[in-house]
Amino acid sequence: MTEPPGAPREAVVRMYAAREDIFPREIEGRYATLRRACVWLTQILFYGLPWLNMHGRQAVLFDLASRKFYLFGLVFWPQDFIYLAALLIVCAYGLFLVTAVAGRVWCGFACPQTVYTEIFLWIERRIEGSRSSQLRLARQPWNREKLARKGAKHLAWGLVALWTGFTFVGYFTPVRSLGGAIAGFGLGPWETFWILFYGFATYGNAGWLREQVCKYMCPYARFQSAMFDRDTLIVTYDGARGEPRHGRRKGEAQPTTASSGDCIDCSLCVQVCPVGIDIRKGLQYECIGCAACVDACNGVMDKIRRPRGLIRYATENGLVLKLDAGEIRARVLRPRVLVYSAVLVALVGAMSASLALRNPLKLDVIRDRGAMGREVDDGRIENVYRLQVMNTSEQPLRLNVSASGMPSATVVDDRIIEIDGATTRAVPVRVRIDQGAGTPGANRIEFTLQSLDDPDLRVTEGAAFIVPK
Amino acid sequence: MGDFFDAFWHYYIAVITIASVGGCAILLWSQSKYKVRLGPDGKADPTTGHVWDEDLTELNTPMPRWWIGLFWISIAAAVVYLVMYPGLGAWRGTLQWDQAGEYQAELRQARADYGPLFAQYAKRELTAVAADPQAHAIGERLFLTYCSQCHGSDARGSKGFPNLTDADWLHGGAPDAIKATILQGRTGMMPPMGAALGSDKDVESVAHYVRSLSGLSADPIKVAFGKPKFASCAACHGADGKGNTLLGAPNLADKTWLHGGSVQTVMETIRKGRSNTMPAFGDFLGEEKAHLLAAYVWSLSNPGAPAAPAALAVTGSTTATAAK
Repeated sequence: MTEPPGAPREAVVRMYAAREDIFPREIEGRYATLRRACVWLTQILFYGLPWLNMHGRQAVLFDLASRKFYLFGLVFWPQDFIYLAALLIVCAYGLFLVTAVAGRVWCGFACPQTVYTEIFLWIERRIEGSRSSQLRLARQPWNREKLARKGAKHLAWGLVALWTGFTFVGYFTPVRSLGGAIAGFGLGPWETFWILFYGFATYGNAGWLREQVCKYMCPYARFQSAMFDRDTLIVTYDGARGEPRHGRRKGEAQPTTASSGDCIDCSLCVQVCPVGIDIRKGLQYECIGCAACVDACNGVMDKIRRPRGLIRYATENGLVLKLDAGEIRARVLRPRVLVYSAVLVALVGAMSASLALRNPLKLDVIRDRGAMGREVDDGRIENVYRLQVMNTSEQPLRLNVSASGMPSATVVDDRIIEIDGATTRAVPVRVRIDQGAGTPGANRIEFTLQSLDDPDLRVTEGAAFIVPK
Repeated sequence: MGDFFDAFWHYYIAVITIASVGGCAILLWSQSKYKVRLGPDGKADPTTGHVWDEDLTELNTPMPRWWIGLFWISIAAAVVYLVMYPGLGAWRGTLQWDQAGEYQAELRQARADYGPLFAQYAKRELTAVAADPQAHAIGERLFLTYCSQCHGSDARGSKGFPNLTDADWLHGGAPDAIKATILQGRTGMMPPMGAALGSDKDVESVAHYVRSLSGLSADPIKVAFGKPKFASCAACHGADGKGNTLLGAPNLADKTWLHGGSVQTVMETIRKGRSNTMPAFGDFLGEEKAHLLAAYVWSLSNPGAPAAPAALAVTGSTTATAAK
């Protein structure tokens, strides 16, 4: 094979590229305010909840060591894990529904990654200054000022991150005693590890990785695109109105030439973007739907006295078919949305009903395996069981234990079981039947525990009664 | 990890592992960049060069650089792991870690954690330990774990396994005797007496006599015949049939029948004998746990001792976990 004349030279292409730093410009506007409100709401909840006490205990505490999970008035046990599964399914369907209707609003306003990045950006701006100061600082060589500002920033980030880690662990170890343990240098090794680990993850994700978490790590970011259709709200650039772009002088309202669009190519929408994309290129997978560019562009449109909404929340159909807000709204109720809503309502209903009807009393019957039936003095047959009684309520209970299912089956001696709130007790119980009752081999009997104070509070569990041959 | 039956397998595993880790490193290094030809405009083709469905191409968007860093960190971690832990065939690792050692370490930790608790009770009299509610709770937990398989959760035993809640003791019911039973075990041997007693009729007569001792229904004539024959049994069970705890010979004059009290069963016991074993738990449980168990078992047949809760609430406290 011969090289053609003027053969192209070769170049080396790298498969991996360094991240290009993004310094999003601070922006004010309707969506920025909304996001700030979301940050306050979620973080007051996150940082505050562990400090809330009720019933003489921490209101929300996931006690892994004793496997009890307190959620306000409810105590969950490992047996209740189905509720966690249900909660996750509800969350998933909630995400599907919101995404189908309004795109990635979760990403843009409520996701912890966005919220902590927002907090860290705020700190960064207070210490390093605006976008232009940050850019200048990044380019200038290391000197005392740069060292001081960067150092102060990382110190502030570190403190927020450690407080976040501390709060996180406070959901698993009572937060008040955790605070005391830190003050007295008495932290356990695992508590120390998790505070540092979660703190480091916060610092790394919100300080360094930022949009890369959404772009390269987050699975939800990717599969949300599959929830989109042509009637999903997305952040859009109205190309028909904006193009061709044309710069113009300050205060000049009308386009310079008749063919000019409304976009003055000021690049503010790019400067404010936290993921570093240009929304004018259309919907991109990086877009987290935060609408910072909408705020930026609306400000510019106000200044050049053009109508707002060159960049706006709209649907693909809305842009193509030139629908107004009312018409877009009319298309919300489509089959996909209705199905998601119906499933969500059914799931929430089933979960709430199941929670409301949850029996706080659980019973497990373990027959003594070492012995079959035994004959007692008067020829009656006796079997021994261990009743594993679980009181998942927080009140102590007095229970009556009875056996049924076989004629003459009676519980011997201690028929009253007392059990403290939120505890498990193993109680040996003997059951007797008269001589000749039942058939040799296994007979089905049932144990019933009934509260002495509330007859409706009862639980029944089957077991085998063995009559020797 | 010295349990390869052939040195070949040691090398086999080691070579595959090292080659895999090394291969990953070579792959990472060699594939992190590649040469492209520049087009006529002096620019490289922005696509990967792959074409699907006639005209579908893929833009060559580079991965973030920290991503490749994660791979290098993984390789470094693999090397460190393989040096410290047994991953390369027979190589034991610089930490000399193995599962048995891990188990022993956990055992040592548990002993260090719970030892003081057990030791505190081991120093006290058995009757005093029995009166302590916490010791009672630990004892019950130990009993449910180690003893209930034979003696039942309620300690009332079953056929062949003695009831521990009554006042009838084969080898003595004093606290120290119970502790000795737990530590050293017991063997109960009733020799086959059929030949010594004579015919089946004689055996039956003795059975009726034995039943009469505890007030059970018996044929008076057979009782009369059996009484002199009982002399052969008296060596162990005593002339009055009240047994001998030194020999472990049961009291035949009470209503407790370890193997059953029907004429049939008693005859079978006489004819074929019985052999019963309580295993020694001294080596397995150790002195301190046996002490707590003895106190608990003693309290079962001496309910006069201060009342203690019948069962223990699992609260995740030291008490609950101590019995593990």
